[in-house]
Amino acid sequence: MTSPDLLNLLPESAIRVNVPAENWREAIRACGEVLAATGAVDPAYIDQMIAVVEELGPYIVIAPGIALAHARPSPAVHRVGFSWIFLEHPVPFGHAENDPVRMVIGLAAPDPQSHVQALATLAELLADEACRAQLLQADTPAEVRRVVRLFAERKACAEASHLSASGGNS
Amino acid sequence: MKILAVCGMGLGSGLLLRMQVEKALQRLGRQAEVEVADIGIAHALARTADLIVTTKELAERLGDVRARVITITNFVDLEEMVRKLREALEAS
Repeated sequence: MTSPDLLNLLPESAIRVNVPAENWREAIRACGEVLAATGAVDPAYIDQMIAVVEELGPYIVIAPGIALAHARPSPAVHRVGFSWIFLEHPVPFGHAENDPVRMVIGLAAPDPQSHVQALATLAELLADEACRAQLLQADTPAEVRRVVRLFAERKACAEASHLSASGGNS
Repeated sequence: MKILAVCGMGLGSGLLLRMQVEKALQRLGRQAEVEVADIGIAHALARTADLIVTTKELAERLGDVRARVITITNFVDLEEMVRKLREALEAS
């Protein structure tokens, strides 16, 4: 069974650019509010996202400038969902190497499985330096989505040609 | 060989780590069973693991474990994972 892909889980309404935040708490709160506005979670989830960092530290800063904010599956999670916010000014999360944070990715996961495919695409997208630069420069949510869509199409295309190539050899 | 990817909740960064470990293993031509664990159960599961992959912050919370621990700074940088995994596999 395949889980929903990233683009389906990331409508324009789940993306915000030039978001003001003074500190990491405000940044996660802003990201969580967008996630709640999409209907994926109740507002209670926002405090749970903040509590994770209070309890376990800034390990959620998964790459330079990028934080993946989420909490455990809980009754506050209605369905799998993402929110992406780009901060107007980067803020420190207290991470020794990856601070300051410019992009906060909110993740709502009702179980350990349904977000796997989208997360895999997200990881590949963020690993692509050109895509990451385009994302950080985007002025509108539509432009952010366009970067994700082009990347997903390129990936599908590469996989299709790989499949047909290996099919031709067998 | 069993590798444990340890994160806070067991479903965000830990999943990313597992995906990266699997890609890195493929690159290195090695095979291993890769499991995700949250920090709450990681210490218990670490007893049967050969290698633990996590972050610096979470490694400090892991306590004493028999398995070798490698810490990853950039979860989307496959080169970092390949380099650290190769070193750990060569040393063990």
